[in-house]
Amino acid sequence: MKDTDIKRLLYVHLLCIFSIILSIFIPSFFLENFSVLETHLTWLCICSVSVTAVNLVLYLVVKPNASSKRSSLSYKVTRFLKCCIYFLMSCFSFHVIFVLYGAPLIELALETFLLAVTLSTFTTVPCLCLLGPNFKAWLRVFSRNGVTSIWENSLQITTVSSFVGTWLGAFPIPLDWGRPWQEWPISCTLGATFGYVAGLVTSPLWIYWNRKKLTYKNN
Amino acid sequence: MRLGSGTFAACCVVIEVLGVALFLRGFFPVPVCSFSGTEHQTESPAPEPSAGAISNWTKLPPPLFSKVVIMLIDALRDDFVFGSEGVKFMPYTTYLVEKGSSHSFVAEAKPPTVTMPRIKALMTGSLPGFIDVVRNLNSPTLLEDSVITQAKAAGKRIIFYGDETWVKLFPKHFLEYDGTTSFFVSDYTEVDDNVTRHLDKVLKRRDWDVLILHYLGLDHIGHISGPNSPLIGRKLSEMDSVLMKIHTSLLAEERETLLPNLLVLCGDHGMSEAGGHGASSVEEVNTALILISSAFERKPGDVRHPKYIQQTDLAATLSIGLGLPIPRGSVGSLIFPVVEGKPMREQLRFLHLNTVQLSKLLQENVPSYRKEPGFEQFKVSERLHGNWIRLYLEENNSEVLFNLGSKVRRQYLDALRTLSLSLSRQAAQYDVYSMAAGTVLVLEVVALLLLCVPQALSGKAELDVPLLSPVSSLLFYLLLLALAALHVVVCTSSDSSCYLCSLPWLAAGGVMVLISTLLCAVVSALTGMFAAGSRLSKNPLPSNSRWSELDLLILSGTVGHVLSLGASSFIEEEHQTWYFLVNTLCLALCHEIYRNCFVGDDCAPQRCPHAGEEFDGVAAAPQGKSTGPDVWELDRASKHPSPLEALRGPERWMVLASPWVILSCCRLLRSLNQTGVQWAHRPDLGHWLTSSDHKAELSVLATVSLIMIFVLVQKRCSLASKVAMAFGLLGIYCYRVAVGNLLFPWQQNNKDISKGITEARFVYVFVLGILFTGTKDLLKSQITADDFTVKTVGLWEIYSGLVLLAALLLRPHNLPVLALSLVIQTVMTHFVWRPLRHDAAEVTVMHYWFGQAFFYFQGNSNSIATVDISAGFVGLDAYVEIPAVLLTAFATYTGPVLWAGHLVNFLASEASRPAPETQASGTLYLRTKLTSTSMDGVKASIGFWSKKARGGSRCGGWASALRPLAPGGLHLLSALQTATADPWLPQLQAC
Ligand SMILES: [Zn+2]
Ligand SMILES: [Zn+2]
Repeated sequence: MKDTDIKRLLYVHLLCIFSIILSIFIPSFFLENFSVLETHLTWLCICSVSVTAVNLVLYLVVKPNASSKRSSLSYKVTRFLKCCIYFLMSCFSFHVIFVLYGAPLIELALETFLLAVTLSTFTTVPCLCLLGPNFKAWLRVFSRNGVTSIWENSLQITTVSSFVGTWLGAFPIPLDWGRPWQEWPISCTLGATFGYVAGLVTSPLWIYWNRKKLTYKNN
Repeated sequence: MRLGSGTFAACCVVIEVLGVALFLRGFFPVPVCSFSGTEHQTESPAPEPSAGAISNWTKLPPPLFSKVVIMLIDALRDDFVFGSEGVKFMPYTTYLVEKGSSHSFVAEAKPPTVTMPRIKALMTGSLPGFIDVVRNLNSPTLLEDSVITQAKAAGKRIIFYGDETWVKLFPKHFLEYDGTTSFFVSDYTEVDDNVTRHLDKVLKRRDWDVLILHYLGLDHIGHISGPNSPLIGRKLSEMDSVLMKIHTSLLAEERETLLPNLLVLCGDHGMSEAGGHGASSVEEVNTALILISSAFERKPGDVRHPKYIQQTDLAATLSIGLGLPIPRGSVGSLIFPVVEGKPMREQLRFLHLNTVQLSKLLQENVPSYRKEPGFEQFKVSERLHGNWIRLYLEENNSEVLFNLGSKVRRQYLDALRTLSLSLSRQAAQYDVYSMAAGTVLVLEVVALLLLCVPQALSGKAELDVPLLSPVSSLLFYLLLLALAALHVVVCTSSDSSCYLCSLPWLAAGGVMVLISTLLCAVVSALTGMFAAGSRLSKNPLPSNSRWSELDLLILSGTVGHVLSLGASSFIEEEHQTWYFLVNTLCLALCHEIYRNCFVGDDCAPQRCPHAGEEFDGVAAAPQGKSTGPDVWELDRASKHPSPLEALRGPERWMVLASPWVILSCCRLLRSLNQTGVQWAHRPDLGHWLTSSDHKAELSVLATVSLIMIFVLVQKRCSLASKVAMAFGLLGIYCYRVAVGNLLFPWQQNNKDISKGITEARFVYVFVLGILFTGTKDLLKSQITADDFTVKTVGLWEIYSGLVLLAALLLRPHNLPVLALSLVIQTVMTHFVWRPLRHDAAEVTVMHYWFGQAFFYFQGNSNSIATVDISAGFVGLDAYVEIPAVLLTAFATYTGPVLWAGHLVNFLASEASRPAPETQASGTLYLRTKLTSTSMDGVKASIGFWSKKARGGSRCGGWASALRPLAPGGLHLLSALQTATADPWLPQLQAC
């Protein structure tokens, strides 16, 4: 399992990073006045769509968990619908959490929601791809000793680093520097993106370094 | 040396207070002042300079105005007069500003924008030190030279009506006075009527020269309902009519006298968007200043825009106008337009007098004054002035005279500006040496505390303080020698005044001994710790194995908060930090609960038993776990099966929902009061509720909150206290109705507003009653040992008495803060802390966080502007200092105090429950309080340093410095701090 798996993981992650980088540079060829900071919402949409697409494609190609034996069409459709519902629910619950953290309730609602969508893309979409709409499994992965493969391990790292990135992204907001990126929610989205990228980069490396110590139970 | 933790804590607090005091002494700028005392009253005025020819004008110039009326409107922000509100509500004043014979200015007040220091600045022209804020409530006699003193000495007759502060500052100076107390902030008509009722009589009289009127109503309206309230407009119209009355009367009288009269309309400070004042925002600093006199006549097309000047400039101008010597400590420069209409010789004479006074002040305060650019400019202009006088006396042609004269005038004005600026800057200089010594002391104590905390937490109430050995060590003596050398070098070389150097040798030596002893103790504690660490690392179990994610969050949050205070924005917006941390804490609790509930009972039984050693070093790191916790957690889990498994049905659902309940409560409270600096002007629920249109809504909200408070508090009280509580809460509602904040349902709109003294005293009786029963129960439990139920009931009764008092003192729109804090406490107790079995340390820190957050939920901030002084006058019909200060302090710190009270209750009730792992509460509580106190000290010092580094406004910094010094409050020990701090307050003022 060891080295080949880690290599595959690394390639997958590099593709994800690549998609984010592309989402920064490609649209400027098609859209006028496109820049990450000024047309931030557009960039958020493009970034989330591209990251979701890359995740889905990679999931279909790599198939990290070849587990589901029943593969009738109706099962797949219901599973897909369930995933969509989960995704929406996660968007809304993130939105609620941001409001609880002090985001304005009415004004800037679209901005807040797009931040929720972006964060969901970085966290919920990989979870859905890897674990499926299975809440128990999610809780298992995100509690201690719950991971059962390097994929889940990297999932854990990227998700947590995205959250931490968003969390840290809120710190510059009260500073009186008056920079454009201190506007809500730009610093948080940037934090989420950096956190996600950092997670993508570090998780294969971390797993590689700790590969001697890592033993997973069920494989 | 072995010390009990209590002794140790007390020692640390004393030393820390000493350090903070030393630091503050260095930080508070020593006000620029004239050292030549008041005994040189008859100092002859500077003669006119002359080159060669001898001028015959050596006396002071005669007064420019015969009568001066100063109409001071408290909190008269510049846009109340010059903005759209002024145009709308002050038509007469607007006419005078735009077309009349007047000069209008925007006078910039220096922080602290509090009334008493501002009055001092207006009358002495000096920059009062920040320490004057502390004395704002109880202003002592002003000893410095001021316009009033000079006027009195010159035999002018002064009449004063208005704010009592003036009478306290100038007790023997007024021919006649009537002081109104400014402490009934809720009263905004009577304070002003008390002033206006004298007007008719006094304006007809001829036996005075200076009349001072101080109107407080506008400021009170600001404190009650903010600068956008409809009451402001009404008050401004009232002021306008007063101004008109005075002006017409002065004009009528002028026909009979030779000299014109002067009417000064000014504000002492502005008003922030929230309605308070004290800090340094633009709205608080800019005040209106209008000088009206027929001497300032202008041609029809002459448009005069308000110019920016300093508030301190008024003192010099008034002195010149009254023909008095300029107050010696004044750093202001003459407002030149006032003398513009005079002949050139007089203009130059006035400017010369002002420059001479400023340069004298500079000589007294700056040892190297000869190098100052202002002084050089002064010398140049004096020489030119002399030449001009010679030409003048030789009666040269007027064109040459005029050209040279205007050149001299420009020179003088430049010199004045430079001198004034460098003197103001002088007032803001720090005593770095004392500050450094204080900081070192505080940091050493904190380091020692941090090093000893693990030992103290280990359970023994005793700890080993490495004190004796260092005292005899070589290091100690070397350090002491080095410090003494440093002291001598600093004290002999520095040219500015320094507090430590002015201390007697023994005291300074004591400080040095303290510093070196503590340093040695820290060093030896560190070495001891490293030795222990290396021993431990050989052991299989690392010592930090008990840290869970929650512990990590709590630790990093607390440390991070302290670090964040290095940026001044984080001091100004500290509430954001606490809200953020509390939210994160709730989410972390949520994660813990859900894991315990779902994974705990479904996965764990199959997975846990054989998960132990196999998983060492796995996957845990990204979430910041180390290998240890797993083992420990599993141990604990196997010993005590997950507590949440036992819960079924509704209770389980409540546990699952509790974090979300708390989060929503916090979000609600957050939108109740906007605080801080950057977003303070945003609309919030509090303003909406307090506006007069929404009295009905506010009444409903207050009723609901009071009922909630009763329901949540009563269940653990004895019957008598229950009844007392109910009556007390009812009394609170009646009090608020009497004061005019709330309405009874059968009442449409109340017209008769009283001070509600009867109602408030009615509530006080019940508060005292409940506190008394509580204390009685506590004492009883002391006698009959081990009677835990009586003890917990007693503690809870004391707590509920405090809640009742808080409900009385808090503004009605803040009652939900109290109710929701009780809700959160109940939910946390029943559904989080008990089921999840958090240990005492965790619970304590959580209480600390929530207490801090609630400090800000109440609408407080790190600026003194948000302190609600009206709370100190509930139920008092005159200002009584001690109760007023205590009540204000309690109302300000309600959140932290109530959370601390709840902590005591919680720990006591846990101790009485048959649970295995709760610790004895007392020592731990003391210890945590101690650390948090030292945190505040560090906070203050870090804030100061950052402020200094940025050179920006010091407001946030000094306000947060006052927090550890404030009487009462979260820190039970801060009373001690104040007591220690008090004796050196007079010294500060001595200058
Ligand atoms: Zn005032
Ligand atoms: Zn005020």
